[in-house]
Amino acid sequence: MTRWVMVVDLDRCVGCQTCTAACKQANATPPDVQWRRVLDMETGAYPDVRRTFVPVGCMHCDDPPCMSVCPSTATRKRADGIVTIDYDLCIGCGYCIVACPYQARYRTDRANFAYGGSNPNEAEAKCFDERRLGVATKCTFCVDRIDAGIEQGLTPGVDPEATPACVNSCIAGALHFGDIERAESKVSVLLAKNHHCRMHEELGTGPRIYYLQD
Amino acid sequence: MEHIAPWLQTSWDRRAAGNFIGGGTGSGLAMIAAASALWSGNLQRPPLAVAALAIAAGLALVWLEIGRPWRFLHVFFHPQTSWMTREALLAPPLLLALAAAAWTGDGVATAFAALLALAFLYSQARILRAAQGIPAWREPAIVPLMLATGFADGAGAFLALAAADTFVLVVAIAAIIARWFAWTTYRRRLGRNGAPIGALAALTAIDAPVLLLGTVAPLVLLVAALVLPRLAVPLALAAGLLALGSGWLVKGVIVTRAAFNQGFALPHLPRRRTAGEESSAPKGG
Repeated sequence: MTRWVMVVDLDRCVGCQTCTAACKQANATPPDVQWRRVLDMETGAYPDVRRTFVPVGCMHCDDPPCMSVCPSTATRKRADGIVTIDYDLCIGCGYCIVACPYQARYRTDRANFAYGGSNPNEAEAKCFDERRLGVATKCTFCVDRIDAGIEQGLTPGVDPEATPACVNSCIAGALHFGDIERAESKVSVLLAKNHHCRMHEELGTGPRIYYLQD
Repeated sequence: MEHIAPWLQTSWDRRAAGNFIGGGTGSGLAMIAAASALWSGNLQRPPLAVAALAIAAGLALVWLEIGRPWRFLHVFFHPQTSWMTREALLAPPLLLALAAAAWTGDGVATAFAALLALAFLYSQARILRAAQGIPAWREPAIVPLMLATGFADGAGAFLALAAADTFVLVVAIAAIIARWFAWTTYRRRLGRNGAPIGALAALTAIDAPVLLLGTVAPLVLLVAALVLPRLAVPLALAAGLLALGSGWLVKGVIVTRAAFNQGFALPHLPRRRTAGEESSAPKGG
């Protein structure tokens, strides 16, 4: 059984935000909505101060709290572990937003564009999806790319056409994507060879973004 | 643990708080009215009508908050796991039972309404409990707190609306004491479990009003009402309003001001290597 995961090499991430920009371009998210964002964590005290960049987004949890609370069944989990939202079912109650421990979900009530406020330019108008207004949205692991790529016989995480946009765009090779159930996949090898952790693991949600430690 | 500090959620605002306030007060009022009728044999109908109005008003506030209000029927689609669906499923029969009881004074309808009201109140408590992203809501002690607050609010509303007998005065005293214990337990557990500082500060800010105006003052007034029957009506009215107001304050603050998320945290962050240092971890792959 396929189970898609993302692996982040924190030692490699330089905080360039290219993944954020790539996600916004690929998914046409409005201003203030970042399905993939990079946290800038400054920790420690002088002179032992550390700065770490931590990419975050929907963790596509094994046991997603957003799905169990959803009153409309708009949030679902596919067999491959990707958590999806049916924009035509969602009522925009926001319950999933407060249930998510990773602040990965957004709700935008009015059309808003980076260039021109409520008046989109030609490119923005082309990508605009009215169904996303007033409902919950979040990272999909670029599920459309994955599905289309698999149909063409491509391998997500290996072939760029079948891989999430953020992973493709990463200039430092910090983001990796693949099937954790395949022992030879890159993500499986990385996790086997390195110490790793996940965010807020104590909550038992089973997040599927793994962070490599040094 | 390395982290980025929590911040206040803004997805659920005063309208959501209004649902918990209206729903808790209405369901508590329905149960107190039914219990009073069972004890005295005298059903007071106006509180039942007010209970229905309070619950309906709370649900209307939620309807105003959702992003796609005309899809509201979709809220019924997920009773398997969603407490919001369960609350929504309970609301129509509860409102109908309350309306029937208020209209006819029927004992069966009143008892049925009280049972549904208990389930409705419990569902509201579990809605907050299931919100994993908000430490002040997911704390298990929120459930007894919401239940006790609902009972105290309902008792307070009943005292303000109807002629209270000794039974209701005693029930109100018990409910207010129970709420205080639930409140202190909830706050103690939140502090022990490392809730966000902002959440604890928001709750601490209302601790004195909840103790003095919401607990001590109404208890004194209620005991005085028991001792001085001639002054029972004004004393019970004042006690009821204080109990009700403090309950609304508790819920309002929990939903809107203590609702900090937990920020971001990882148990370990890598130490960046300086020139000449070798990584100890094989990256491979």
